[in-house]
Amino acid sequence: MFDFLTEYDILGAFWVTVQLTVYSAIGSLLWGTILAGMRVSPVPIMRAFGGAYVNIVRSIPLTLVIISMSLGLNQTLGAALGGDVLTTINFRLAVLGFVLYTSTFVCESLRSGINTVPVGQAEAARALGLNFGQVLRMIVLPQAFRSVIGPLTSVLIALTKNTTVASTIGVAEASLLMSEMIENESDVIGLVFMTFAMGFVILTLPIGLLLGRVAKKATVKR
Amino acid sequence: MSTEASGSGGASTGTTPPMIKAASVDKYFGDLHVLKDINLEVPRGQVVVVLGPSGSGKSTLCRAINRLEPINSGTIEVDGEPLPAEGKALAALRADVGMVFQQFNLFSHKSIVENVTLGPVKVRKASQSEARETAMELLERVGIADQADKYPAQLSGGQQQRAAIARALAMKPKVMLFDEPTSALDPEMVQEVLDTMTSLADEGMTMVVVTHEMGFARRAAHRVIFMADGEVVEDSTPTDFFTAPKSDRAKDFLGKILTH
Ligand SMILES: Nc1ncnc2c1ncn2[C@@H]1O[C@H](COP(=O)(O)OP(=O)(O)OP(=O)(O)O)[C@@H](O)[C@H]1O
Ligand SMILES: [Mg+2]
Repeated sequence: MFDFLTEYDILGAFWVTVQLTVYSAIGSLLWGTILAGMRVSPVPIMRAFGGAYVNIVRSIPLTLVIISMSLGLNQTLGAALGGDVLTTINFRLAVLGFVLYTSTFVCESLRSGINTVPVGQAEAARALGLNFGQVLRMIVLPQAFRSVIGPLTSVLIALTKNTTVASTIGVAEASLLMSEMIENESDVIGLVFMTFAMGFVILTLPIGLLLGRVAKKATVKR
Repeated sequence: MSTEASGSGGASTGTTPPMIKAASVDKYFGDLHVLKDINLEVPRGQVVVVLGPSGSGKSTLCRAINRLEPINSGTIEVDGEPLPAEGKALAALRADVGMVFQQFNLFSHKSIVENVTLGPVKVRKASQSEARETAMELLERVGIADQADKYPAQLSGGQQQRAAIARALAMKPKVMLFDEPTSALDPEMVQEVLDTMTSLADEGMTMVVVTHEMGFARRAAHRVIFMADGEVVEDSTPTDFFTAPKSDRAKDFLGKILTH
C-alpha cells in the first residue's frame, strides 16, 4: 500500500524544507534582533525605521513577499544573490523572503521580552559606563531571550510550515512534491496527505523540545 | 551654603575643583518642577547625607549627578568636568561615578563575581584574571567572598546590596552615590550594609547618600542636606541639623522620623 512512496524522493524534498527552515531561522533571528535593537534605540531615526519596517512587512501576505522576491528582485532587477542555476537562485530568494518576513515576528517577540526586563538592570549597566550596544547585548537581550523562548518557538514552528510557500516560486521543497504526488497518485490522496503532515510534525516537534530544554536551563540558572 | 559644613569633610583645598558641583540646576517632569535652582558643592572626601520627605527630589538629584536623569537647565560638574551630553564621554564619566540603587539591580543572569568584573573588563579594559582578582578582594572586603559564584537571587538582600557596592567600587570611582541603599532591606540586614558604607566613608571616599538612617547620618556624615519640594532647605553639619534645625519643614520632618 505504501509502495508509491519509494517512487518519489520524499526525503530529498524534506531535506530542502529543512535547509530552507534552518537558513531562514538563522537569518530571521539575527535580523530580528537587530530590528529589536533599533526599536528600543535612543536614536529617533532608528526607532522610526524599525517601527515602519515591522509594521509594513508583517502586514504583507507571505506569498506576496516570496513572489515579489522572484518577480521583483530577480526578474525585474536581475538580482541573483550569487547563484547561477535557477534552483539555487530561487532557493536563496526564498530564504531572503522568509528572513525579511519572519524577522518582524522575531523582533516583536523580543521587544515584548525586553519590556519584561526591569529598567533597573539597564540603569545599573549604564551607571557602570557601558554604552547602549553593550547594555543591550550583555544585559538586556540575554534576559529578554529567556522570557521569549515560548513565543520564539511558535515563530520558528510557523516558519517551518511557512516554507511551503517557497513552492510558489518553484523551490522543490516538501509541499511541491506533495502537489505533484496528489496529481499522480489520486487513488491514495489520504495517504499522501498523512505522509506529509507526519513529515512536518517530525520536523517541528524537535524545535519545541529543544527550545523547551533551553528555557528550562535558563530558568534554573537564576 | 554654610562654609563650615562644606569645609568640614576630607582634604579639600582651594586649588582642586570640588568633586561635585551643581549650579542653578532645574529639572522638570512634564509640568512638575522637581529640582528648583539647586546649588551644591561637594568637596573631595566629603560624605553628604541627603534627607527629605518622599517626593522632595532626592533620587532625582542623585540620578542627575551621573545623568541617568537629564536636567533642563543649569550645570553639573564632576571633578571639574561638566557632564557630557551623550555618547562615549558620558559613559566615561559614569564609569567614574559609582551608583548604588535601592533595589540593588544586580544583573540577574550573571553570578556575583561576574557582576563585579563586568564593568572593569568591558569599560576599563582590564584582563579577566586581573578583574577577577580585584573582584575577589572587594567581595572579601564586603564580607561575601564565599558567595562569589552564586546568582543574585540566591543571596539575601543585605548580601546583594554589599555585592552591588563591590560592583560599583570595582570601577575605582571618584565618588559614590547611594539612593536609599537600605530601604529595601529587612531590618536585620540594614546594619551590615551601613557598616560597609561607614568603612568606605572612613577611607575617604566622596559619598552622596540618600537615606532615612539617622544613625548613619549622625555617625558617618560630614554634612546633611535637607530637601523639600525640590529645594535645598537646609545645609549644615549633622549635629546642627539634628539638634537645631532652622526651618519648620526640617523640624516637622525630624519630628515624624524620630518619633518612630
Ligand atoms: N520618571 C518620572 N516621571 C515623572 N515624575 C517623576 C519621575 N520620577 C520622579 N518623579 C516625580 O518627581 C518627584 C521627585 O521624585 P524623587 O524620586 O526624586 O523623590 P524622592 O525624594 O527620591 O522620594 P522618595 O523618598 O519617595 O524616594 C516626585 O513627585 C515624583 O513623583
Ligand atoms: Mg527616592
